[in-house]
Amino acid sequence: MSDPARQLEDFLQRVPYVRFLGMRAELAGDEMTAILPFSQHLIGNVMLPALHGGVIGAFLETTALAQLSVAQAASPGGQKIAKTIDVTIEYLRPGRPLTTYARADLRKVGRRIANVHVEAWQEARSHPIAFLRGHFLLAGE
Amino acid sequence: MSLDPETLSQLGQHMATTVPQAAALGFQFISAGDGRGCLTVPWREELVGDPDTGVIAGGVVTSLLDHTCGLAITSGTGGRMFGTATLDLRIDYMRAAAPRSGVTCEAHCYKLTRSIAFVRAEAWDVDRADPIATAQAAFILNRPPEAAVAEAPSKP
Repeated sequence: MSDPARQLEDFLQRVPYVRFLGMRAELAGDEMTAILPFSQHLIGNVMLPALHGGVIGAFLETTALAQLSVAQAASPGGQKIAKTIDVTIEYLRPGRPLTTYARADLRKVGRRIANVHVEAWQEARSHPIAFLRGHFLLAGE
Repeated sequence: MSLDPETLSQLGQHMATTVPQAAALGFQFISAGDGRGCLTVPWREELVGDPDTGVIAGGVVTSLLDHTCGLAITSGTGGRMFGTATLDLRIDYMRAAAPRSGVTCEAHCYKLTRSIAFVRAEAWDVDRADPIATAQAAFILNRPPEAAVAEAPSKP
């Protein structure tokens, strides 16, 4: 198993909240797709029903942290989890009771700060349900 | 038309405990009134975001902020439960919460238009004057037709 794959597996296994969400991820080279299977406890609106807005935001943020973890696998201190500085979440569509996917794009990874954009979709990537833009403080040395 | 404080509290209790995600995270109702709402989430192992420190996950704080904003909107609209959907949510994380500490959040719905609610929120672990995160959000309000509003304020 390559370093990024091991790092990702470690992140998914070690973080209790990732297990609480039920989030998984698949790696193709260094490109990760995060997967959030639908589960009843993720519901925020029982009438529609729809995923909780907080869950969508949390999934996007956790995707950013996981992708940073993969990217930082080889760097000193890369085993530590980055810290979120700020996030802006834009909601485009309700999250339906379906599996949700997300991909993070590391727009800039500097010495201390990373700028990350994440998008989430369900049935079709061309119909995103939410975007996140955020800054993260890298664990570093 | 607005609800008396006791009914609003019952509504807040209901929002904190019956919405599946809120119940799963263990949200507890603190207060609601005057366009404000306050909720807390006690620490537990399952909600930890960094196993090295035992600090509660940012994602939990995201859900808490979003949900407390919803409570503030309910309070601001006089207890009428509209369908609301988050339009955007910006969160600044000032610092990590203390290890093994729960988080409390207060939100203020400071402006309501016919279709949009504007809300600010703060979250803290121990001292309200030393927040761990602040948020600014906009929500869409799915108001029922006027006649229905006048006749039938929703009950929990």
